[in-house]
Amino acid sequence: MIDTLDHSQLIKRLAPARYRRPGDRVFKTIIVALSSGIILLALAMAVVLWIEASPTFSKFGYLNFLTSSTWDPVAGIHGALPFIIGTLVTSFGALALAVLPALAVAIFTSEYAPRWLATVINYLVDLLAAIPSVVIGIWGIFNFAPFMRDAVYMPIYEWAYEHAQWMVPMLGNPSGYNIITATLILALMIVPYTVALSRDAIRLVPKEQREAAWALGSTRWEVMKLAVLPYARSGIIAGILLSLARALGETMAIAMLIGNSNRLPFTLFGPAATMPSLIINEFREAVEPLHYTSIIAVGFYLFLITIVINMIATLVQRKLAGQRKL
Amino acid sequence: MELSARYARDKVVQVFIVLLTLLVIVPLAIIIIYVVVNGIGSINGDFFTQELGSPSRAIQGKPTGLVHSIIGTIIIDLVALLMAVPFGLATGILMSEYPDHPMSGFARLMSKTLNGMPAVLMGLLAYALVVKNTGGFSALAGAVALAFVMIPIISATTESVLRITPWSLREVGLAIGLPRWRVTMSLVVPAAKNGIITGILIAFARAAGEAAPLMLTSFGNNFLTFDLMSPMDTLPQRLYSLAISPYKVWHGMGWAGAIILLLFVMITFFIGRLVVNRMERQATQIENIGKNQNSKEIGQ
Repeated sequence: MIDTLDHSQLIKRLAPARYRRPGDRVFKTIIVALSSGIILLALAMAVVLWIEASPTFSKFGYLNFLTSSTWDPVAGIHGALPFIIGTLVTSFGALALAVLPALAVAIFTSEYAPRWLATVINYLVDLLAAIPSVVIGIWGIFNFAPFMRDAVYMPIYEWAYEHAQWMVPMLGNPSGYNIITATLILALMIVPYTVALSRDAIRLVPKEQREAAWALGSTRWEVMKLAVLPYARSGIIAGILLSLARALGETMAIAMLIGNSNRLPFTLFGPAATMPSLIINEFREAVEPLHYTSIIAVGFYLFLITIVINMIATLVQRKLAGQRKL
Repeated sequence: MELSARYARDKVVQVFIVLLTLLVIVPLAIIIIYVVVNGIGSINGDFFTQELGSPSRAIQGKPTGLVHSIIGTIIIDLVALLMAVPFGLATGILMSEYPDHPMSGFARLMSKTLNGMPAVLMGLLAYALVVKNTGGFSALAGAVALAFVMIPIISATTESVLRITPWSLREVGLAIGLPRWRVTMSLVVPAAKNGIITGILIAFARAAGEAAPLMLTSFGNNFLTFDLMSPMDTLPQRLYSLAISPYKVWHGMGWAGAIILLLFVMITFFIGRLVVNRMERQATQIENIGKNQNSKEIGQ
């Protein structure tokens, strides 16, 4: 009987109104007052960023600022398109690279690996998530980017120069600090989130699902394909969306590795920029009021994009929870 | 499909999955090895006792170090923690112990949203709220930005550890007539104490590794300062400026700083893991005891 009641119903049953003491009221007031801090914080974020950015919006217009591709602080012309494109390309690229390996790790640790190995791998992956962005950035600047330049970008560029001239404008000058380097590092950095969330989703799949598939004579992969993955699907999708939100906001490592160029079109091997990297690189030098408000406006759009993706992920998760109850 | 083909496919997938798993694990090892190998040579007495000073110090081979960044990190993070803990704890308690309160669900939604917010936006907010109103970059503004980063983490971890404390504990308290606030403060919170402290530690570690919000608020400083209203240096943002600087000696110090940061984060991480694992084990044990007693009673 008790098992079928959830948390809130039990609390309601156990503490009827006549047992409420003055102390209860005081404590609750304190808790609620302090908790409203977090709600205020979220609201302040939206309102303050919007107000601070309003000069830019009134000068360029909400949509025009978003779609204009010139970012020239000296001339006082600001458009966010290069950074939007940079952010979307790196984030979706990183996501595309990260999803398959992340799913593989989640499947390997929950279905294939012996328990000790699964524990070790889970520890390592979670540790990867804990490494500060700036440490990964340092490794990227001094080891990964030079290595990629010498081993990958230069040979490809030289080959294209000899055999396929038409590719050269697309490649751009091979510098090591570019969209590809940033995307690869970003993929590495979001893998742990995707792993953790898909692992949780796979763990929630009831044993009976698996047993039924085994009983039909499935191989291990067929159990995954027929019983586990379809059941965990919405959890995995929510996890992927949350990882995307992480990728959009990742700042330091990208600011260190993307080369920082405000001019479209971005080339594959040349410098580019994202919304967070712009904020980090130009904010401290923004003397002109319009430059400052325009950077905040970029931050405001980053805020909006992150909120929307988070909301979608929450909805997907809620749908998942609804299915569970049935 | 042929049985042998199905087995073959099963094997192929298995190999594929193992390879992809290695692909994720190997870079982690590479990063840690490179950081340690490159930084270990720059860790010496000066590193922990000297200020950075101007670049000429490094070029002329005079002793430089990051003592000001290490102390600055500790100061800013502790002030941030002091500001964040009351809000984070209260929100966690509201979400776990008062699920019937109308604000509970809303607070959870906000906490989740803020948890997914890029930290650089917390920096922008703290800049607009504190730096603009106090007239300049300051350690205090940095602490406020980090507190914004910490609050949602503390509230989320507090909620989850309060939820895994056994339900029977609350029943015991209510059964002997304790009011709800005493049940929370004298029974549930003490039982979850280790977990709550771990959550705070995790938030502390996360914030200690954040560079982006600090670059917009506490700005950085090449010299040691204890003044909360002046710009102050922190390790993560110093690592960034060392790494993009043109000086070889500074690069080495950047690697060394990365070791310190990595060590701190890893130690916090393992302590956190140990405590959470132990709490989960205890929770399942208590649950199992309860179940066994129930089944015995039914048996009789």
